[in-house]
Amino acid sequence: MTMTEREFWTVLHGMVFGTVFLLAFAGGFAGVWSLKPELITGAGIRERMKRLVIGMWTMAIMAWLTVFSGTYIVYPWYRAPDPGSPRSFLLANADTKAWHTFGMEWKEHVGWFAPILATAAAFIVTYYGASLAEKDRLRKAVLVLFTIACAASAVAGLFGAFLNKVAPIQ
Amino acid sequence: MNARADSAKADGVAAAAVLASAIGVFITGSLTTLAEISQLLKTALAWSGAVGPLIGKTGVGVIVWLIVWSILHAIWRGKEVNFSAIYTVSLILIALGWLLTFPPVFEAFSG
Repeated sequence: MTMTEREFWTVLHGMVFGTVFLLAFAGGFAGVWSLKPELITGAGIRERMKRLVIGMWTMAIMAWLTVFSGTYIVYPWYRAPDPGSPRSFLLANADTKAWHTFGMEWKEHVGWFAPILATAAAFIVTYYGASLAEKDRLRKAVLVLFTIACAASAVAGLFGAFLNKVAPIQ
Repeated sequence: MNARADSAKADGVAAAAVLASAIGVFITGSLTTLAEISQLLKTALAWSGAVGPLIGKTGVGVIVWLIVWSILHAIWRGKEVNFSAIYTVSLILIALGWLLTFPPVFEAFSG
């Protein structure tokens, strides 16, 4: 059971940080969705706020860790100019070229939307606290930001998984 | 958390957070496309040889986001604003930012 340093960071970036973000999304979304006075009592809303705030910031931090580890640690290995790098391998073959020109090019940019939007959503939930239940417009805006952040992360994660299968970083 | 105190908070702070994040997304998307149009800009954004222009595109997007957020937060804190209009503009900026990072779009401008 051995793993190279590059494989370790690739797994940490995609399977740990990225996956925790995507898995936590469902819980966070359900928490904000059900934050309505007609569904939960005032005491119930206050009781769940602490958990929700922790969950939202965990997601935002995971999103930042994902893009930082991806961009500054894993990506330089991917795009190294030597012929053995994943990028060189993909571009050398017409059948695999689009994995870079479409998949990687989209993933590397759109992935950065996730931490920005998740941070804004987490901040709003923290700042307004339990009163978010009475501010329906803001609550819905948080859900939309949150969903777009998840979609950006899903695009990046999906292409990351495929790219690591087609041209793994070793 | 004190729900009664929280409910008195105006929506300006939320509007600032939403609009600033949308501007950050839009700037990142714009730079992605602009870097395809201008080789000079692409080179200028390559702050690190190992990471290439991606570091500059996303770095500028994040810096602009944080600066705009702090300014809007200071201006709109404690104020009621037209949240619906700001939210609509924000969604348009996010959609444009998303579109400008879509490879078939920015490659259409590639020199």
